[in-house]
Amino acid sequence: MSATVITISSGKGGVGKTTTTANLAVALALNNQKVVCIDGDIGLRNLDVVMGLENRIVYDVVDVVEGRCRLRQAMIRDKRVPDLYLIPAAQTRDKSAISPSDMVRLCDDLRAEFDWILIDCPAGIERGFRNALAPADMVIVVTNPEVSAVRDADRIIGLVDAEEKGPARLIINRLNPSMVKRGDMLTPDDVLELLAIELIGIVPEDENVIMSTNRGQPVVFDGKSRAGQAYKNIAGRLRGEKVPFMDLEEKDGFLHRISRLFKSGGD
Amino acid sequence: MIEEKKVNVQIKGIRDGLLINLGEGAWPELQEILLQHIQERAAFFKGARVALDVGNHILHAAELGGLRDKLSDQGVNLWAVLSNSPMTEQNAQALGLSTRIFAPKAEKPAKVAAHSPDGENALMIQKTLRSGTRIVFPGNVIVIGDVNPGAEIIAEGNIVVWGRLRGVVHAGSEGNEKAAVYALDLNPMQLRIANLIAVQPQHKGKPIPEIAQISKGQVVANHWDDKEGGK
Repeated sequence: MSATVITISSGKGGVGKTTTTANLAVALALNNQKVVCIDGDIGLRNLDVVMGLENRIVYDVVDVVEGRCRLRQAMIRDKRVPDLYLIPAAQTRDKSAISPSDMVRLCDDLRAEFDWILIDCPAGIERGFRNALAPADMVIVVTNPEVSAVRDADRIIGLVDAEEKGPARLIINRLNPSMVKRGDMLTPDDVLELLAIELIGIVPEDENVIMSTNRGQPVVFDGKSRAGQAYKNIAGRLRGEKVPFMDLEEKDGFLHRISRLFKSGGD
Repeated sequence: MIEEKKVNVQIKGIRDGLLINLGEGAWPELQEILLQHIQERAAFFKGARVALDVGNHILHAAELGGLRDKLSDQGVNLWAVLSNSPMTEQNAQALGLSTRIFAPKAEKPAKVAAHSPDGENALMIQKTLRSGTRIVFPGNVIVIGDVNPGAEIIAEGNIVVWGRLRGVVHAGSEGNEKAAVYALDLNPMQLRIANLIAVQPQHKGKPIPEIAQISKGQVVANHWDDKEGGK
């Protein structure tokens, strides 16, 4: 077995890197894949909270790198799925505590045992970004359909190309179909026209994501959530399956369907 | 090897840290020598901000990135790369490294002036310029690809974009009012020619190839095939 290392990045903060990392990890693990996540955001760790594993942290990635513990000891197993582990970031240190070559070594040690290594990249383009990028086999750029997020994604894609890790793949997160319909939000086509890289998923805006984040229960576990389904689809695509893109049109739910009924009645 | 070591690495203190000059030689060896040099004086270099003058070497982004990472393993922060090659400068900029320090070498401006007769020189870039890329060139710049918002081109001569132009461009940056900007889809964030600045209203619909140039003291855009514009 030799794992694929995926770095999930965005440039801008708050677009959903951590949520994406957690959900893709769980979605892959639900398909009996062996997955380990590494939180690259040293000093501002979050992935443990989103995955609901915060209270089980004893050692972290900096302890591993500095030799205070064995790699195994820092790996927290997520008991809800067969084979999912988290290596948390240190909260009391900063990005300079580890170097790009430390990350490469760490991932090389993990590769033999896993199918996927997902690295949650911190926002920004400094040391933390370079740490997370160094071991990557594939880079996923997460963006929102907003001009500022797309601008930063463009910068990241350029940097990924420059480091010869490209071409990156794109996830458009928090798309609101009704706003797109009204012309108040960038469409996926607008985003793709500028970024010009392969799209591997569109995740619709979904309140369940916030609720599940607060509970430490990634939204993929929620069978009814559309965002959860979108993450499952992306995980399928990563495994090489041909999964059609979701129809985002019929999202508006009950009221919308009723009003459509009325409309079709009136025609 | 031991003899070379003495010759090659020159270190100077500048306002922003250290300036290291590598001199001549094959790149892999130079890099080896530099790293060894730093390792031997680890205490001195720890935490240093370093600008590296690579002279005429043409370096790829991966080489620069690799060096930067190796330096950062030693606690050395590489923040700038000075080079005589526009190619290397571009690669360094793509990695977010600076390519100018506050005290530029005296020879550099002279050199630039020497080979910019009315923009006879042209720099050809065959890729999309993404946000954060900055191209400065003492001549014409031709881009086969898009220029995305957040990217910047500053040319002493003309600028031709075979693609969508949505970033910031400055043609005739040294005051040449005859300079022009050509694009298949001219939709720049800001367009400057010589000392004039133009901000275009966003236009929608099917793009048409256009030329922007100075006419009667104003920046004007015309269709590319327009006789007036083509002059």
